[in-house]
Formats: sequence, structure tokens, C-alpha cells
Amino acid sequence: MGAAVFGAGGGGDPLIGSLMAGKAIADHGPARLVDLDELDDDDLILPAAMVGAPTVMGEKFLSGDEGSRIRERIENELGRKVAAYSSAELGGVNGVIPVTWAAIDGLPIADCDLMGRAFPELQMTTAVLAGVDINPVVMTDERGNIVSFKTCTPEWAEALVRTVVGAMGGEASMCLYPMTVAQAKEAAVPRSMSRAIEVGRLLLEADDDPVGALCQAVDGFALVTGKVVDVDRQTTEGFAKGSAVIEGVGPDSDRLLRMEFQNENAVLIEDGKVLASVPDIITAVDIHTARPIVTEQLRYGQRVSIVALPCDPVWRSEKALALAGPQAFGYDISYVPVEEIHD
Amino acid sequence: MTERPGGYRLGIDVGGTNTDAVILDADLHLVAKYKASTSADIVGGISDAMAAVLNSSGVPAAAIERVMLGTTHATNAVLQRRDLARVAVIRIGGPATKSVPPMWTWPDDLRQVVSAGETIIDGGFEFNGVEQVPFDEDQLTEFLDLLANSPSGPPDAFAISSVFAPVSDAHEQRAAELVGQRFPDSTISLSSAIGSIGLIERENATVLNGTLTTVARSIVNGLNAALTDHGMDAELFFAQNDGTLMAIDRVLQFPVLTIGSGPANSMRGAAHLSGLSEAIVVDVGGTSTDIGVLASGFPRESAVPVEIGGVRTNFRMPDLLAVALGGGTVVTEDDSSDHGVKIGPASVGHRLDTEALCFGGSTLTLSDAANVGGRASFGTNSDIGLSSDLAARSLSEVDDMFESGIDRMKLSRSDQPVIAVGGGSVLLPSELAGASEIVRPDNFDVANAIGAAIASVSAEIDKLFELTDGSRDAVIEQAKSEAIDAAIATGSDPDATEIISLEELTMAYMTDNVLRLRIKAAGPLR
Repeated sequence: MGAAVFGAGGGGDPLIGSLMAGKAIADHGPARLVDLDELDDDDLILPAAMVGAPTVMGEKFLSGDEGSRIRERIENELGRKVAAYSSAELGGVNGVIPVTWAAIDGLPIADCDLMGRAFPELQMTTAVLAGVDINPVVMTDERGNIVSFKTCTPEWAEALVRTVVGAMGGEASMCLYPMTVAQAKEAAVPRSMSRAIEVGRLLLEADDDPVGALCQAVDGFALVTGKVVDVDRQTTEGFAKGSAVIEGVGPDSDRLLRMEFQNENAVLIEDGKVLASVPDIITAVDIHTARPIVTEQLRYGQRVSIVALPCDPVWRSEKALALAGPQAFGYDISYVPVEEIHD
Repeated sequence: MTERPGGYRLGIDVGGTNTDAVILDADLHLVAKYKASTSADIVGGISDAMAAVLNSSGVPAAAIERVMLGTTHATNAVLQRRDLARVAVIRIGGPATKSVPPMWTWPDDLRQVVSAGETIIDGGFEFNGVEQVPFDEDQLTEFLDLLANSPSGPPDAFAISSVFAPVSDAHEQRAAELVGQRFPDSTISLSSAIGSIGLIERENATVLNGTLTTVARSIVNGLNAALTDHGMDAELFFAQNDGTLMAIDRVLQFPVLTIGSGPANSMRGAAHLSGLSEAIVVDVGGTSTDIGVLASGFPRESAVPVEIGGVRTNFRMPDLLAVALGGGTVVTEDDSSDHGVKIGPASVGHRLDTEALCFGGSTLTLSDAANVGGRASFGTNSDIGLSSDLAARSLSEVDDMFESGIDRMKLSRSDQPVIAVGGGSVLLPSELAGASEIVRPDNFDVANAIGAAIASVSAEIDKLFELTDGSRDAVIEQAKSEAIDAAIATGSDPDATEIISLEELTMAYMTDNVLRLRIKAAGPLR
């Protein structure tokens, strides 16, 4: 659930993710979360993810041995052992997938990820910014099919992965950007898993003003409290694109905001003014519990607070913004950090 | 409607607090109504209510042609872990889905009572109807051997689910065939007939269905005996949670669908009594208020999974907002709130007629505030010493709560009519923000039993379709006719069956466009 806060509305439904992780932990004992400093610089880390339609994941969830299969394949290809799994992106499912696989394999989880949030495309990673190779990319399905490939660019990986996902039945398990701990120290967002766990715990425990407590914990801004009055969703080029209109209630009465999403929430606009945009994290949360609501579950009448929080600073360089800033999502706006807009 | 002349209907709603019975004539006008407290012996209570309403109507028992029952039996059985059948749970989905086994999410004590064994067998489908892997009959035979040799005897029921069964039920059907050959006396529930996309929730609903088959049989037998006792030769129908009816053979097959029929009945009753098909329904009882939305005359369904007795399901339930507001809700003074009063959540409940001030008791309830505020005249004691200021402040707070609830449930930003039903609905004021009007139909206090009596029959499909260029319209037309055929198979009049809801959902991360359609058709009983 904490991971889903950073998921910015994407990254999958936390429920099925937590069920799979819960069962793996019940059977195999908990996976240990370790700081990068606790591992040797030369150790190999395997960033893990599931890709596919959340609807398919809710019907055909994992067999459980996908992680081991991917790991063995990578170990064969690279000729060395994997020391730890890590998360490739923080999100409802992908934040906990490495927990499932690490518990089953008895390996630790490196406390980092490659986005510090969730993004819709495979090249939108801090690994690309640091020049870490995405290859080899290994994908598998529940039957035991394995596809391993090398691509010229991460953008090509995105195209190939979508094709394989289609062939595998709308969902696949994968690893990408295998890297050493030394590389991860440069190329990953550190301590993002422990931060997500802290936020998840806070949401479970908070009873008085959870939204306020959440904002305080993540340096976030509750930009509006309102009701979802319209959700427009369409699938274009493999993305769930669309927007939600939020009408303010209570102290925010008479305000009308539009939140645009492309799998993840991308921009929040009021009267033509941008209140927050990618790569900063925009998440809709329940008004009473502050629990995150993924875009697939947004619907008319929900009472939500829209919370925006600063992305990891690594995303704010010119190079990073070209990769995952508003213009990379097709918006003709310049990025202003959320804390500068709402200081 | 093709009623035989003189054909009367008897509608009964068994709620947590009250059992209501009504008799309607062939034109669906109310002839008689009866209200009693729900007794511990529910079937006995139903039988008594039948006798009482027949008696006061003067309608001869033989003139009752249809009896419609909405009941909380199934819910109570699950909540109290009583009269539950032992279910063998078969999931066809391996090697996928093994990471979360069947019933993993169930409360332990319920799982122990219900489960006669669980297995995951290779098989199941992809979203596009292609086999995920072939169905492994040997694995099923092995599991059935185990069950046959079990010291606790054969299971009462089987629950069979397969991955993407809503797209193709072929593996479920084959498994059912094999199970039926080995265990001819056990009932078999298939997930494809029960739930929609979402394996865990659909499988749970299927297991719940299996475990309720025993209690369904005993209610049906009890009711048939009651009909005979009272000299009625009527066709018996049960209300289901979407506000429509099913026949006895379907109740025995799908008892889980009766769960949650109460709110659906009261909303359908509200639609019938008011003549409105697009409105907000506010059903005020003794302890709580349910606020729901009528769209095309039917309750809008919840988009989020519904839990029953701690078990997540995804089957059809009205989207309701429950607010702790009712005739018995306790009022206390509280300086920290806007109006200086705190409303509920405590309620005197069914002890209203002894504990409320207006009945000579000592607890200040909303019924008392409504009396002093001029909205009602409950009880026996008119001089209760409640200041008109406190009553007014209480009612202002109540109005705020109603308005906030109505606003939350509303379908559009424009004002909508609000239909007030239920015994406590006099609590509603004559005007509310967000309401274009407050409609108070006659016989609002038995809206739920009327809703059961007038209900249509329906069927729903929920499937994924692969789209090629320009095929969208054709796919939707095909899906609509599938839904209409299913409704007619359920008993709906072919000449009057229509589509009552169509939901289109698209899926991310697909190279081809895939369309998920959830379509429901309904019509009057033929």
C-alpha cells in the first residue's frame, strides 16, 4: 500500500500483490530487506517486475516459481550468482513482487528501485540516466516459457516487451537492468522500499487526519479535497490514457481540477494552471483513510484528496526531464517542482 | 405483463429487524400489508406472516399465483457458520495461480467449517479464449480418489473455478462432468455461472454458493410446506441481490445470489411506488439508512468487491452508502460539533418502543427530535420535555448527514429526485440540497416486500472480446443478444426483455484492443 502511494495511480492493484507476497512469506519465511551498503559492491542485483494488464493479473496470477526461473536464466547468461532481488518500480504490484520472489528463493531484497515511483515505460528509469544497460531482458510466463533478449535501446525493449506480453496472454514476469551493487549505488533510487514500508505502516496506523500524516511523511501537498465527477478512459497505443475531473468539496468548494493519466497520473491542472506534473508523483487517496486509489479504480462519486509529492531529485536534471518530464508525455508545459508551485 | 386474470402476488421480505409481507393484485396494486419482528425461526415467521397478510386481505389462498421471497437466510448462515455444506474446492488454473491457493483469504474458522479439501489442477484459458494449458484430467481423478477415501465421507458440494472461465467455461464443464460421475449426490457450482472477472473473488463466491446449497434446500422445502399448509398453489420465486427474481431451481443452484437482496428489493419497491426510474433512494430504518441510486429503475451496482462474512466476492451487489441514521439513533449534546449535537452512531434499535422518550423511555432518539420538530408523531408520550431548540439543532445535523450522503452517491452534478422509503423515512425534511424533490410514496414502509413482489427476472454476461478494425459495434450487438438470450432462459418474457445496463471497460498493456463488456438484460416474468 505504501508502494502504491509512490505508484502515482499505476503499478497495479496492491491487493493481489500483497496476497502473493503474504503467501510466499507464510510458506518460506520473510524476505530480508537490506541496505545497499550491507551488500558487496560486486554483488549482482536483479530488478524484478510484472508487466501486463491489471485485469489479467487479477485472473491469472503467478505460479510462484517465475522469479526462480528468471534468476536461473540470468545466472546462466551472466555466469554468476544473483545476490539480491530489487524492485524495478514502486507500485501496488511491482513494489511487492520482489518480496514474493525473494521470500521463495531465500534471497534478500536490496532496498532500492529504478524509478522511485511508477512510470509507464521501461526506459523511464534512473538506470538509463546512469547509463546502466537494460540487457539482458528476461521474461517468463506461468507455463515456463522463457524469452531472453538483447536490445539496441531501452525504447526497443519497451516495444519487444509489449509484443511478448501479448503472446504470453496479457501478462509476464520479467527482470531488466541487472546490475552490481556498485552500479546500483549510482543508478538506483536508494532506500525507496523502506520508505514505502514506512508509509504503508503509517496508513495502517493513522487514525486522526491520515491525509495530513501522509503529506507530512512524504513532504507532500494535499492539493485538493473533492469528489470525482468524471472519469474518461481510453486505451491508445497500449496505455490506459484519460483524465479524471475532481470537484472540490468543503473548503475547496467551487474548485474544479483535471488530472490527466497515462497508466500513471501525469499532470494536475486547475483553470489552465499546472498544479503538479511528472516526474513529481501525483496520487489520488481516499479522503478518510489516505489509502491510494489506482487509476483503474477511480470512479464517479469517490471522495479523494489529490496528493502531490516531490520525485527523487535525480529526475530533475535536464536529461532526466527529457526522459520522463511533461514533454516526454506529450504535454507542452515546462516542469516546475511541486514544492516551488506550492511553497 | 401476461398475468392470468385474478392472479395475486404475495411478496415477503425477511430483514434483520422486520419481516414484511404484502399482497398485490394482478395490476400490482397493494391489497394488504403486514409487518412483524423477524423471529428466530425464520421459516416459521414467514409462514405466520403469510397467514396474517392473507387473512387481512380477504384474498382466497388459491388466488395467490406467485410468491416472492427476499430473505437474509444465506447471510445469516455464513455469519453464524450454521447449516453450511462441506465443499470440495477445485481450481483449474495451474501452473498459474499457485502463488495464492483457494480459500487462502478466508477467515480460518469459516474455512475449517466449509472446506472438504482444495486443489489446483492444470488448465484454464487466456483472456482471448485460447487454452492456457490443456486440462489435466488425471490430476482431477487423483483429487477425487482422495475425497472418495476421506474418513469424513464425500463432500456435500463441489465448487469448480477456472482461469478466465467467464471467457470460456469448457474446462469447468468437463470437470463438472467427471465430478458428477463420481459423486452423483453432491451439488456442483461453477464459477462461470456465478461471478465475473477476478479469479479470487469469483472462486470465493463459488465456494460460498456451494456451502449454501444445504440451507437453500431447507428454506425451499420449508416454504413449499408453508404454501401447502395455507392452501396456496403458487409458483415460488426468490429475490436476488440485483433487484431481480429467480425461480426455485435457480435458487437451489445459486443460493449465494440471494445475499444482499434486501436493499435491492427496497430500491426496486421505491421505483415501483414512485414511478421514477432515475433517482436516489433513501431507505431509513431503525438503526441505519441505506442510500442507493436507481439507474433505469434498477439499483446501481458496486464497482468495488463486496465482503460477506469476511470473504471477498465480486458478484452483484447494489452500491450502497450506509449511514448510522435511523428512528432509534441516539442523540447527545456535544459542543464541539457544528450544531452542538452528536447523532449516533448508537441506536436503541428494536428497543425503540420501550427506550425512546416518546415511548416513555429515557433515551433521546431521533424519533423524539422528529416529533418535536414537527416531522413525525411517533409513540405514546407527547410531553417529553425536549426543547424545540435542541430538536431543531438535531434535525439540522441530520439534514447535513443526509445531504452529504446523497451528494456522495449522486450520479451527476444536477439535482435529482430523492425517494424516501422505510419506516424511519419521516426523518427526512421536505427539502434537501442536491434533491430536486423529496418523493414520499404511499406504503413506503413496506417498499422492500413490494420490491420483491414486482421484480423482473434478469441475466448478466461479463466477457472479454478481442477487437479488430471496425468490429466494435458488431461485438457489442453480439454481446447484447447473448445477454437477452440468457434473461429469456431465466424466465423473462421474450417480448419484453431489454438491456438494462451496458458497461464497457478497456484494458491497458494489450497490443490488440480488448474490450470487456458487462451487460445485463431483464424483463417481466412471462
